[in-house]
Amino acid sequence: METIIKAFSKPVWEIVGPSIWDTLFMTITSTILTVVFGLIFGIILATTDKGGLRSLPIFNGIFGAVINAVLSLPAMIVIILTLPLSKLIVGVTYGPKACIIALSVACIPMFARLVENSILEVPKGKIEAIKVMGANNIDIIFKVMLPEALPNLIRNFSVITITLISVTAIAGSFGAGGLGDIAVRYGYNRFRTDVLIAAVGTLLVMVEFIQISGALLAKFIMKKRHLI
Amino acid sequence: MAQPFIDIKNLTKSFHANGVNFDVLKGINLQINKGDIFGIVGFSGAGKSTLLRCLSRLETIDCGSVRVGHYHIEKLSHAMLKKYRQSIGIIFQQFNLLDSRTVFKNVSFPLEIVKTDKKIIEKKVMELLDLVNIADKKDFYPGQLSGGQKQRVGIARALANNPDLLLSDEATSALDPNTSLSVLDLLKDINKKLNLTIILITHELDVVRYACNDMAVLEQGRIVEKGSVRDIFLNPQSQTAKLFMRINENMSKTDWNYEI
Ligand SMILES: Nc1ncnc2c1ncn2[C@@H]1O[C@H](COP(=O)(O)OP(=O)(O)OP(=O)(O)O)[C@@H](O)[C@H]1O
Ligand SMILES: [Mg+2]
Repeated sequence: METIIKAFSKPVWEIVGPSIWDTLFMTITSTILTVVFGLIFGIILATTDKGGLRSLPIFNGIFGAVINAVLSLPAMIVIILTLPLSKLIVGVTYGPKACIIALSVACIPMFARLVENSILEVPKGKIEAIKVMGANNIDIIFKVMLPEALPNLIRNFSVITITLISVTAIAGSFGAGGLGDIAVRYGYNRFRTDVLIAAVGTLLVMVEFIQISGALLAKFIMKKRHLI
Repeated sequence: MAQPFIDIKNLTKSFHANGVNFDVLKGINLQINKGDIFGIVGFSGAGKSTLLRCLSRLETIDCGSVRVGHYHIEKLSHAMLKKYRQSIGIIFQQFNLLDSRTVFKNVSFPLEIVKTDKKIIEKKVMELLDLVNIADKKDFYPGQLSGGQKQRVGIARALANNPDLLLSDEATSALDPNTSLSVLDLLKDINKKLNLTIILITHELDVVRYACNDMAVLEQGRIVEKGSVRDIFLNPQSQTAKLFMRINENMSKTDWNYEI
């Protein structure tokens, strides 16, 4: 009980506080990268599928296999594998910046699959109805598939952001800093349970916040469209 | 007589699934005149939807030729296919409206994609919504509409590009008889007003009798009978047509003299 009270004390937060910004910085930038590339790859996966807008079965098979390969690797392995890539792009292999590349690579495949599934859930008839108006594929993607899939996409956005927070915590042990790093260094190595509680508690609050706001936003859109 | 508006010659279509070949359309020959409301009836699986999908080129055409107006649709280039599609409209049993758009935005879609001026869109869409009698619901989402109202929006959307041809696949099958009737009245009305050719696919004889002037009967991928609705109703020749009439007749003379 005492440790829980101590977890709210000033000295603890002087340790935890700065790492919150590190975690936020890493999560937000890697989320942006993941969302941009995940959306692009997800759209490519969905449209090149058999029966898709621009069916390219062989390409789809190869691309899907690559995505699955990265998807099946544990996040930790991806982080190690992408360190050289970080060196190439941001010039360093340690710290929050380097970590962003690794985090994105680890999570893009998952978001791509989530986006693909959301798009494939849009009823085929709706897409055909637009197709027979003489619409081009760009219009179909941006004016039909994505808007129709929006509530689902938002839910998946929460899922991937939460995943990124947890992967960020793992990356902490690779010199990325952030809350995960603090939790391991103080909480585990130095038995500072109060710091551990503060760090983990902050992570929990972040996750809950994203989960709840994502769900609310998706629900709001469904309500607006009178689908629920 | 002048050249027919639609000329289908020897159209065949088959699907391959699990290593098996299904011949779905086996040499369709059909001519439809401009301004007709043409009914195509047949039992489930006869190939009605497939025929319509060939006409909109949602399915490729295996063999034969299909001409609609001046488009030879079995050999359209990519660009011409778009142009052709902008000259037809389709309505569906499931309506297929976009849930993400309001009624207005659904109807304006076909105009948006051909980069029509905003003011012209506004005017045209309101005209169409007036025509189908749903202007008061222009800011509603499809989720707020009844089936009949959705189909009216579907019809307005199909008419947005001033099509020469309207295709309807079971457009009234999901509606109650009264709503069905009002949608058919609407189709008859626009057929007259716009001199629009309409193809109605249905398995409901009443729909054909009420709305169509000519009809064809499809049976396992073949047209087994075609002619004026009146002639076929009075004197059906094919198995399918006879069976259709008999079912229809039996259904309408239920014996009420049973004990309660
Ligand atoms: N994509 C496809 N792949 C394989 N077979 C198909 C495909 N589309 C249709 N078929 C087959 O073609 C036949 C005709 O189907 P179609 O949908 O044209 O029938 P229909 O006359 O419209 O029937 P209904 O009145 O039930 O709508 C069916 O046996 C169906 O299984
Ligand atoms: Mg059908």
